Amino acid sequence: MDMVLAIVVGGLYAAGLYMMMRRSIVKLIIGLGLLSHASNLLIFTLGRLMRGRPPLIAPGAEALAEPYADPLPQALILTAIVIGFGVQAFAVVLIKRVYQIVGTDDLDQMKSTDEL
Amino acid sequence: MRDLLLVLPLLIPLSTAVIGLLFWSRPHLQRALATVGAGLLLASGLGLLVSVRHGGIHTVQVGAWPAPFGITLAADLFSAIMVVLTGLIGLAAVLYSLGSMDAHRERFGYYPLVHILLLGVCGAFLTGDIFNLYVWFEVMLISSFVLMALGGERAQLEGAIKYVTLNLMSSALFLAAVGVLYGIAGTLNMADLSKTLRATPRPDLVLAPAMLLLVAFGIKAAIFPLFFWLPASYHTPPVAVSALFAGLLTKVGVYAMIRVFTLLFDHHAHSAHLIILVASGLTMVTGVLGAVAQNELRRILSFHIISQIGYMIMGLGLFTPISLAGSIFYIAHHIIVKTNLFLISGLVFQLQGSYQLKRLGGLYRKHPGLAALFLTPALSLAGMPPLSGFWAKLILVKAGLELQQYLIVAVSLMVSLLTLFSMLKIWNEAFWKAAPAEHSASLSRGTQLALFLPVLGLAAITLWIGLMPEPLFSLSEQAAQQLVDPTEYIRRTLGE
Repeated sequence: MDMVLAIVVGGLYAAGLYMMMRRSIVKLIIGLGLLSHASNLLIFTLGRLMRGRPPLIAPGAEALAEPYADPLPQALILTAIVIGFGVQAFAVVLIKRVYQIVGTDDLDQMKSTDEL
Repeated sequence: MRDLLLVLPLLIPLSTAVIGLLFWSRPHLQRALATVGAGLLLASGLGLLVSVRHGGIHTVQVGAWPAPFGITLAADLFSAIMVVLTGLIGLAAVLYSLGSMDAHRERFGYYPLVHILLLGVCGAFLTGDIFNLYVWFEVMLISSFVLMALGGERAQLEGAIKYVTLNLMSSALFLAAVGVLYGIAGTLNMADLSKTLRATPRPDLVLAPAMLLLVAFGIKAAIFPLFFWLPASYHTPPVAVSALFAGLLTKVGVYAMIRVFTLLFDHHAHSAHLIILVASGLTMVTGVLGAVAQNELRRILSFHIISQIGYMIMGLGLFTPISLAGSIFYIAHHIIVKTNLFLISGLVFQLQGSYQLKRLGGLYRKHPGLAALFLTPALSLAGMPPLSGFWAKLILVKAGLELQQYLIVAVSLMVSLLTLFSMLKIWNEAFWKAAPAEHSASLSRGTQLALFLPVLGLAAITLWIGLMPEPLFSLSEQAAQQLVDPTEYIRRTLGE
């Protein structure tokens, strides 16, 4: 399972970077979304995968019995998803405004701020 | 009382922003509130600095969850110095905004956004937890995105696209590094991470998150070759926003880099310190060469930010107590000087209606006071004695010579010569040569006060540091000592 997720994470990073290097700003946003998903899945994988061992203390026991699934990475991912959602909502509004004002979705046309 | 002092730099901007949002349609109230809030932030920062200097490192376990399980806030001298500088720059930018911000931007929540930005910056300086650092980075970034795009001019939006994309990419790398660190060490508290990483059975794995963090913070700090977003975007928003960004945002990246490479990766990543040193030399050179080619006032200054970042991380790359003290001194000097230069570029724009050097001129004859105000930070940036930049560079050069790193010392001295050349170019074009066209602008007395007060104040601080470098130097030295030997930080954070 670790191997499958590792390949998925790698694939998501590759796809995200590829999309970011396209010229269209819409693809840029999709690429950013893929990158943040890749990071989230990476945290999930590195938090050790564990099947069917929820971190619940059994009735009558004092502490968790090893092994159990670590809940912390999921809390981190949840936070990161919420932040990522907000940021991407902003980014979508931004590209809409950019398209309206600049009149193109081609990144190569947006270099007036870089000219001498 | 000590706990309160540590939390106040977060509570003050947060409550200022929230109360400001309640008065959404009353811009005058927001202006008054923002000014008072920024003043209080500076005062609380000074209180924290005094208290940390006398009482040692302060920590607060948020929600009383003991470390390393909960989130810890920690302030050592380095954090406290940075919080004071945040308050100072926040106050300067807000005062300047009072005289220069247009009504349209004020109506769309400009002042609350500035305070949310200050909240994110202070949070990043005060947290002792690496995931929490990520969260504060995002708070800072999202408010900076909105400030960058607020107003919706074409150049701003084009700049914002580049700024947003590269910063989000750096956040994704930062998050990945946090995941890897958690996978290796099983903890996120930075003091606990420092202890765990020191004893890790697989030290070779630690280099992976170290490099990810170097790239993530390198993008935020705009080091070579990751700086291209900065000159594409920093000159596009209104000048008060540019000045705030120029003073604070890249320095948060530098702060985070110094923090993780002194606390987490000091034992493992000797190769990382070498990479940082090489990057610092290249950052200085490319930044200053980029600046020489520019003809727009704010773009010249933007490229100088990059070149100066090189000096700050040069101290980290050398990694001795004296070189880290040099870095901290440099950061303090640079934040004040660079914000001031951006504010002065705004004054020039107000008086002559352009940022293009060829359309400017004759300012020395018409406004000799402004010319003197420009020369103070400009010569300080280039490192002329007796101004603050001279001492900052002197400490770094001395640290480099002690380690016999002659190449980086030579590069840093050459770059300050080119910086001087670049500042003199602005002086010759904007102040000395005859005015190409008459452009008379008259400012009301109230506006003049709001615009000149922060510039005067920051110039006075530059002069003061230059004439009396000893207090700031001994403070930086103590802060560097705490960074080099983190046992006290670890002991206080983990409450052992």
